[in-house]
Amino acid sequence: MSSLAQPLAASVIQSVDWLAIAPPTLTAVVALAVLVADLFVADAKKSLLGWVSVAGLAASALLLLPLLDDDRSTFCVNGTHACSYTADRFTLVIQLLVLGGALLAALLSVTALKDAGKQLPEGEYWFLLLSSAAGAALLPASRDLATLIVALEVASLPAFALVGIRHGDKKSSEAALKFFLSSVTATAVSLMGISFVYASTSTLYLTQVADRIQHVDGQLHTLAQTGVVLTLVGFAFKTAAVPFHFWVPDTYVGAPLPIAAYLSVVGKAVGFSGLILVTVVAFPSYADVWGPALAALAALTMTVGNVGALRQQATRAYSAVRLLAWSSVGQAGYLLVPIAAAAYSDDAEHSIGSTVAYALMYAAVNLGAFAVAAVVGRTRSANRITDYRGLYARNPLAALLLAFFLLCLAGLPPGIIGLFAKVTVFSAVVGAGLGWLAVVMAVNVVIALFYYLQWTALLFRAPEGEPVKHRFPAPLTAAISLTGVLGIALSGAPQLVLRFAGTALF
Amino acid sequence: MIDISESVMQFLLAFVVVGPLLGAAAALLPAPPGLKGKSPEQAVLRHGVTVTGVVLIAVIALALGFDHDHPSKMQATTDISWIPALDVRIHLGIDGISLPLLVLTALLTFLCALYSYFKQQHQRLTPQAAGPTPKAFVALMLVLESGTLASFAVLDLLLFFLAFEMVLIPMYFLIARWGGEGRTQAAWRFILYTLLGSVVMLLGLLLIGIKAGTFDMVALATDNGRSLTTSVQVIAVLAIGIGLAVKTPMWPLHSWLPDAHTAAPTVGSVLLAGVLLKMGTYGFVRIILPIAPDGFHTFAPYLAAFAVVGIIYGSLACLALAKQGAKGDLKRLIAYSSVGHMGFVLLGISTMTPTGVNGALFANIAHGLITGLLFFLVGALKDRTGTTDLDTLAEETGAALYGKAPRLGGLLAFGAVASLGLPGLAGFWGEMLALFGAFKPAGDLSRPAYLTFMAIAAFGTLLTAAYMLVVVRRVCMGAVPQEAPHLADVHTYEFAAWTPLVVLTVAAGLWPKALLGLTDPAVQQLLSGGTR
Repeated sequence: MSSLAQPLAASVIQSVDWLAIAPPTLTAVVALAVLVADLFVADAKKSLLGWVSVAGLAASALLLLPLLDDDRSTFCVNGTHACSYTADRFTLVIQLLVLGGALLAALLSVTALKDAGKQLPEGEYWFLLLSSAAGAALLPASRDLATLIVALEVASLPAFALVGIRHGDKKSSEAALKFFLSSVTATAVSLMGISFVYASTSTLYLTQVADRIQHVDGQLHTLAQTGVVLTLVGFAFKTAAVPFHFWVPDTYVGAPLPIAAYLSVVGKAVGFSGLILVTVVAFPSYADVWGPALAALAALTMTVGNVGALRQQATRAYSAVRLLAWSSVGQAGYLLVPIAAAAYSDDAEHSIGSTVAYALMYAAVNLGAFAVAAVVGRTRSANRITDYRGLYARNPLAALLLAFFLLCLAGLPPGIIGLFAKVTVFSAVVGAGLGWLAVVMAVNVVIALFYYLQWTALLFRAPEGEPVKHRFPAPLTAAISLTGVLGIALSGAPQLVLRFAGTALF
Repeated sequence: MIDISESVMQFLLAFVVVGPLLGAAAALLPAPPGLKGKSPEQAVLRHGVTVTGVVLIAVIALALGFDHDHPSKMQATTDISWIPALDVRIHLGIDGISLPLLVLTALLTFLCALYSYFKQQHQRLTPQAAGPTPKAFVALMLVLESGTLASFAVLDLLLFFLAFEMVLIPMYFLIARWGGEGRTQAAWRFILYTLLGSVVMLLGLLLIGIKAGTFDMVALATDNGRSLTTSVQVIAVLAIGIGLAVKTPMWPLHSWLPDAHTAAPTVGSVLLAGVLLKMGTYGFVRIILPIAPDGFHTFAPYLAAFAVVGIIYGSLACLALAKQGAKGDLKRLIAYSSVGHMGFVLLGISTMTPTGVNGALFANIAHGLITGLLFFLVGALKDRTGTTDLDTLAEETGAALYGKAPRLGGLLAFGAVASLGLPGLAGFWGEMLALFGAFKPAGDLSRPAYLTFMAIAAFGTLLTAAYMLVVVRRVCMGAVPQEAPHLADVHTYEFAAWTPLVVLTVAAGLWPKALLGLTDPAVQQLLSGGTR
């Protein structure tokens, strides 16, 4: 090798910090291992695959620990600070949320797969779930637009397959198709936005975009602006923000329940972390463009979601899942509020922290609610809200926990963490001076209380007829107790998650 | 009065707030061996009596240990950081304004627990249709107690909000599960109204906290609104005021109250009227008056106007209900009378003078005692006759309670005259001081307007007297028919539950200084620049 070629090679070959990228990588490796192992494992021992996946997710989450000390970046362009992958506090928190959420969804899946017998192909199921989780874990760490889109697609594509995984189930495949078509459209729009941004700034690295987009040629100004707005679309879709929400109810009902739980938490995390990266990191100078857009989106999303949830009839089949689906749309609205507020406030990181804190609370309690719904769904396959009537009489602990989760989602004591998570969101929006959005959200909180409390009250009513005693398989018990302990611990010490609202994340 | 060391006082105050919560959790667990009692129902109700009793003793100890020479000083204070991210501190403390309310809350809850316990004992002899289990009842009542005590003891705006919200769920379930006719509707109305109010209040609290940089009530009160611009104060007072006005309730935001009272079980009504409504007026005095005086100054005349409309409206509604053939419900009537009484409280606060605010605080306590007693009495009447409908009760001539159950009739008449503000009983001083305050409002408030308000409110007292006397005539008097059905007179346990209220009503009426001596220095200080 000549002496001239050496610096060239050094600038092309990037050093890789394997520890920094370990969490998503391990998840992906386990995904492949499970897929291969599926070929060699006897039918009787297929459940082994599930436990390997659960262990893999837990190990990935544990790999976050050594990264806590300082920020690490890798895949950097030499000589600049432009990196494709950064493991800072924001990344770690979202990765914890994603991997923890996937872990809980995996626990729910173990039982769901066992109950389904041969209807669900186990090897593919675990492979898809883990790949999607790997993509979702990669997304918060990506710091260039290309990696961001790749991560978004890695997280989404397996999810389409998972939604439609029930062979021969018409509803399931219809839901998958709906989900697929609308998602692909959104991603395509996003890609077009990114190409506009690239055209006007000639870089894909977020920090460089942020720098150069301020000095865009006057002729390209409109192009850059359009690019900013279009880029947001793909992520807004994943967050299930209105008007990109219509896939949610049917998809949640059509998908296996654990997948609905997974989408409601991890899918949303993908969406809003992408939105945060794009808005706050890449386009801070265009806050006057995306700020009002996101504020309007947030107001619409929470209103439509909550009104939709309010209109669910308790006696209709799958009304419990439908209600959770619509309410998750409403909750997505609350998640968007601080991001919108970041556009108006001097302290954008504080606002972003409110979203992160709210998302952590939401992940724990929403997965808890889904876990209890999974238990009830085992004996009452239609999973109507009326099926929860009198749950307290036979399973007092499960009923109390579900009541706790629902009240956390509603934000009322005894769900103290839910209350304070809402308070942080409110304080972000009041601090930014967005009075109207605060009032819209206040009204929404009241609407949401109505349906959450209606469900809660039903749990404690006298049962109609002979109450069904629900059985609790070990994985479901583990999931419920994990989320329950989390929720109660956080209610006693809300600082554990709310600290993210007070410190610098990036 | 007696010397209790500061650390014990701190512990007592913390215990008063946390104790009922622990008790509520314990109530849901199965009774330990040795405490099983005659039946699970009896055991859990007894548990309720024990816990509320211990809390009452702790509150009385607090009251005794309270330094009565310096009631304006915050005492038994605890100040620990809880959520640094939101700057929320567990800051507890009592002064002359909160102490009487703490005692009232602990007392009323204890009496309610006692009443429920003995009522169950009594009914065991005469079996009735089984209602929902008392386990949840006791747990909810204890959570309710904890929430109300906390809201009077905390000195942090966000904790106040938390305490404010904490009572919603228990009260909802108390009404929705143990209530009478129309309970589902009433419970929804109650919780949606108050929640909407309190969320709006949260926005105001956050605005204050963010602009002033602290949520600490003591610091904010000492600052006396100097670090808040007038426009911020105006917006904050509007938002917080709406939340508190819904709770109080102020006309025209009162419409949840009559339904809730009518549908609620006896104990629920007593606690709702006696304690929960006070959280609203307490918030006005503790938060709005000292923290945003300029903002409140803008709204004071409007508040006063709404207050006197409430007084007149409440009285007229009561008169209409008391009329023969109006199918008036006694509980609904007392609920409307509460709207009137709380009107006096709000009028007193809106004068922004020590006289008016002291009157308001006095009327607060008096209303808690008297209305609590009245709801107990009406509940007892309902247990005996099966109805609270005035027309059904009175029929043509009158229910003739004096003849059928003289003690019950006497007590009802006592409650009624106390409620109409007879001099010598508790109801008198608060209303009179509120009117005095309105006669000479704070310097820069329009005096002619307040004189008008005073005149209207004084007319309201006449109307109050009118409907209360109509009620007494229709329920207590009348000819006793020959074959009158047997009506049990006051049972011993009912005496036990009601006597403290009667005694305190008389005591507060004859010796108002006991209460005013506590509140006055604290009020003086709040109005002139915060607590020490």
